[in-house]
Amino acid sequence: MLTILLNWLWSWLRQVGYIDHGFLIDRSEHRHWLATKNHTFRIISPVMQHIVIIGNGISGITTARHIRKKSDHHITVISGETDHFFSRTALMYIYMGHMKYEHTKPYEDWFWKKNRIELKKAWVESIDTSGKLLTFSGGETMKYDKLVLATGSKPNKFGWPGQDLKAVQGLYSYQDLESMEQDTRGISRAVIVGGGLIGIEMAEMLLSRNIPVTFLVREASFWNNVLPPEESEMINRHIKEHHVDLRLGAELKEILSDENGRARAVVTGDGEEIACQFVGLTAGVSPNIGFLEGSGIETNRGIMVDEYLQTNAEGVYAAGDCAEFRTPNGQRRPIEQVWYTGRMMGEALAHTLCKSPTKYEPGHWFNSAKFFDIEYQTYGWVWAQPKENEASFYWEHEGGKISLRLVFDKESRQLLGVNNFGIRLRHHAFDKWFKEGRTVDFVLEHLADANFDPELYKQYEGEIISRFNQEQNTNIRLKKKSWKRILELVS
Amino acid sequence: MSSLDPSLSIANPEPKNTDAIQKLGLALASLGLLVLFLAWGNVSIPANIGLPIALGGIFIGVAIYGARSYANQPEGIKNNGVWFKSLTSRGILGWMVGIVLTGFYVLLYWYPEFIGYKPGANEGLVKLFDPLSMFFKGTAASQWFVYGTLYTLAITSLGIKFMYKYRHNRYQLIRTVVVMISQFFLAYFIPEILAGLNYNDVTTASGDYLGYYNTDIKNIWPLDYDFFHDWQQDAFRQESYQPLGVLFLFIGMAMFLVVTPVLTYYVGKRWYCSWVCGCGGLAETAGDPFRHLSSKKLGAWKLERWLIHGVMVFVFVMTAATVYGYFWNTGEVFGLNIYENFQKPYGFLIGAAFSGVIGVGFYPMLGNRVWCRFGCPMAGYMGIIQRFKSRFRITTNGGQCISCGNCSTYCEQGIDVRAYAQKGQNIVRASCVGCGVCSAVCPRGVLKLENGPEEGRADLPPIIIGNESIKVAE
Repeated sequence: MLTILLNWLWSWLRQVGYIDHGFLIDRSEHRHWLATKNHTFRIISPVMQHIVIIGNGISGITTARHIRKKSDHHITVISGETDHFFSRTALMYIYMGHMKYEHTKPYEDWFWKKNRIELKKAWVESIDTSGKLLTFSGGETMKYDKLVLATGSKPNKFGWPGQDLKAVQGLYSYQDLESMEQDTRGISRAVIVGGGLIGIEMAEMLLSRNIPVTFLVREASFWNNVLPPEESEMINRHIKEHHVDLRLGAELKEILSDENGRARAVVTGDGEEIACQFVGLTAGVSPNIGFLEGSGIETNRGIMVDEYLQTNAEGVYAAGDCAEFRTPNGQRRPIEQVWYTGRMMGEALAHTLCKSPTKYEPGHWFNSAKFFDIEYQTYGWVWAQPKENEASFYWEHEGGKISLRLVFDKESRQLLGVNNFGIRLRHHAFDKWFKEGRTVDFVLEHLADANFDPELYKQYEGEIISRFNQEQNTNIRLKKKSWKRILELVS
Repeated sequence: MSSLDPSLSIANPEPKNTDAIQKLGLALASLGLLVLFLAWGNVSIPANIGLPIALGGIFIGVAIYGARSYANQPEGIKNNGVWFKSLTSRGILGWMVGIVLTGFYVLLYWYPEFIGYKPGANEGLVKLFDPLSMFFKGTAASQWFVYGTLYTLAITSLGIKFMYKYRHNRYQLIRTVVVMISQFFLAYFIPEILAGLNYNDVTTASGDYLGYYNTDIKNIWPLDYDFFHDWQQDAFRQESYQPLGVLFLFIGMAMFLVVTPVLTYYVGKRWYCSWVCGCGGLAETAGDPFRHLSSKKLGAWKLERWLIHGVMVFVFVMTAATVYGYFWNTGEVFGLNIYENFQKPYGFLIGAAFSGVIGVGFYPMLGNRVWCRFGCPMAGYMGIIQRFKSRFRITTNGGQCISCGNCSTYCEQGIDVRAYAQKGQNIVRASCVGCGVCSAVCPRGVLKLENGPEEGRADLPPIIIGNESIKVAE
């Protein structure tokens, strides 16, 4: 009885705004896993609010975790996809048998309860931003004080005839993985359409089950809107080394159906019919925002947000793949569909929600991927075609699977970007060197500090530098690796 | 995830075609195994022919199979189907292998007569090994000679397979060569030669047994828990074993007191656990297909800390009692019989049951490092050094982790590597044996095993690198 009364009093006080600026003292039993140690009493955010996050991917979950670190707000994470957060980037490994689904969950299942992050498995059907009310597909509703949209993406479909047939799909969600598992059993050929990161992952997945793959890439070379020609060509070779039927400059015209509404063949742009029982559509992804129609939340390709990740609706934010910046950040795209950017947005947004308005300010660009057996990392900006002011140095190992590209300003010689394939490089080193505006000559001189390959690996710095000296008429000497300098990079 | 478990069949549901050369390798290895089983069943096989066929068949067969399986594919990580195959996902084959291995260890430790060990007149499996034992030391084989030979065979042949599997990774190649050489020479060849030269384990012409001491210098106390036992201490000092006896006593002490802490400080416990140790050698080679089966749960970590340190305390207490009894010649401590209350329980529970039966027998159930993770007192000792006073760490590469889980899954020691990597924190853990597989399987180049200054080795960055939103001062 008392509890009911108190609850009622509490919500009434909140409604009338009486406790808007009050402070809550965390009760000591709420000291938890994520909280800073040694705080018996923590002054936490002004008011206990109900923060609802739609989407349990990296953006939504990072937001939730950091809100919990910083506050005592009531947090609910809603997802219809899975009960728990899993690593989307690891879906391929489940199919390939490297891991099971449970291994892709970065936190054990008890974690959520322990940290008082409530999980709800449901699909949100509509949002009433004036009443701050969500309606689920079952008709149930939920109130929120702050809403975070972290709904991710969905695979692109460009209106190809037959794109909705059975055994035609993209690969983004857990459900996509399940249908791929079902629809690729016992098949004799698959066709993948779209030469990007997901396409090549899908090819690797299918090959792990010994399913022959035809890979239709519209461009003249794999991922050449991002990779410079040499790197792109290296990956072309590697794809072929894995016995993928790689068709460059090939477009999808239509997908043909069998009598049961299942894909039986594709027809390419030049009219060739390729028999197959599975078609992977991997021509990129776009924000998953269909359910926002009529909500009054402004959208373009994605959910329009300012640099604070705030939408046009009061108390509604968006983070990750689904967010589109009104003003893109530097040279970044308005929609960033990368694990790392989603995570950074989550960190920033949690700070905004719990402490003070905090802009999403990503530092220097970085990314990574793995193309079959070749690892790729990039720091800073390397464009497919160098810009006017840019000079580019490229070294490739004679084996054709290791390479390094350094892009720098012609005038100032300042390093602008690096692409490394088959060599691992220290993130800290490049992040710091970009901040300090180091020149390409300085970077090469200290390249051994940045080497992150496993111990005992053959090192190529000497070879790289002598090539550079030869081409650029410089006289750079490699400095020996120094732990002193490496520790300074980290600090 | 039942919907993704492809089938219950024993065979891989999507078999890659096994080609003729692979089949040849399998046939040779199977022939070798068949000879061992036939010998065990007392089928009389001339040992001069049978033994070379058995050992050579297994060695060459496994090597051919490994070479052919991996060398004709582009080099890279080869974990396709690990969780689908019956052998490696606790399926029927896994259970069968587990039961056979466990059974073998039970017979070896407690019922050696069932594998043919009959002093004076060996039979069956042990008898098959008599010629080799005669060659080394002029005596008939014991069950331990058979075990040592098969153990070395397993490490060397499956080590070759492992090297083909990881041929793109020089850390793995060099580490595996070292572990194979360590096993072959330090644990097998040199001790058997020394025995042949009558430097230990001698029975005189008049029938007096002069005692035995361990000549495997990498078998270090407290893993070698009976180093201080009366019989071994006496053997070290046995007159006819000199000067080697005292030398080995000295080496044994130095290994524990000096070599271990110094090396562990500089490079972590990996110098031992994954580069030299016999248990580790078997785990890294024969046990490699089972490494992902170790539990990564927080609960398993808690259990691990109790168990491994419990065993360590046990061995310290047991040894203290032993040393006391040896020097004061009491046979008792606090009225407790040292053998009955300390040595015997340790030998039975830990030396045999834990390290042998569970440690290896349960590979296909609990992973390949059960003993090393939960039991080994040597690992416990080095773990404390590694955690608190060592230059070793696994460095996390800034913000590049995508939380995929490969590192944690393939950590044989059950370390949730990802939990650190996704926070941008380096991994400094007592249990890490430095096998380097987390670094190898990482698709984004995030992990690097390295030795460097202790300063800030395990600091937790306030925010992921690459994010400028929140200032560190916060």
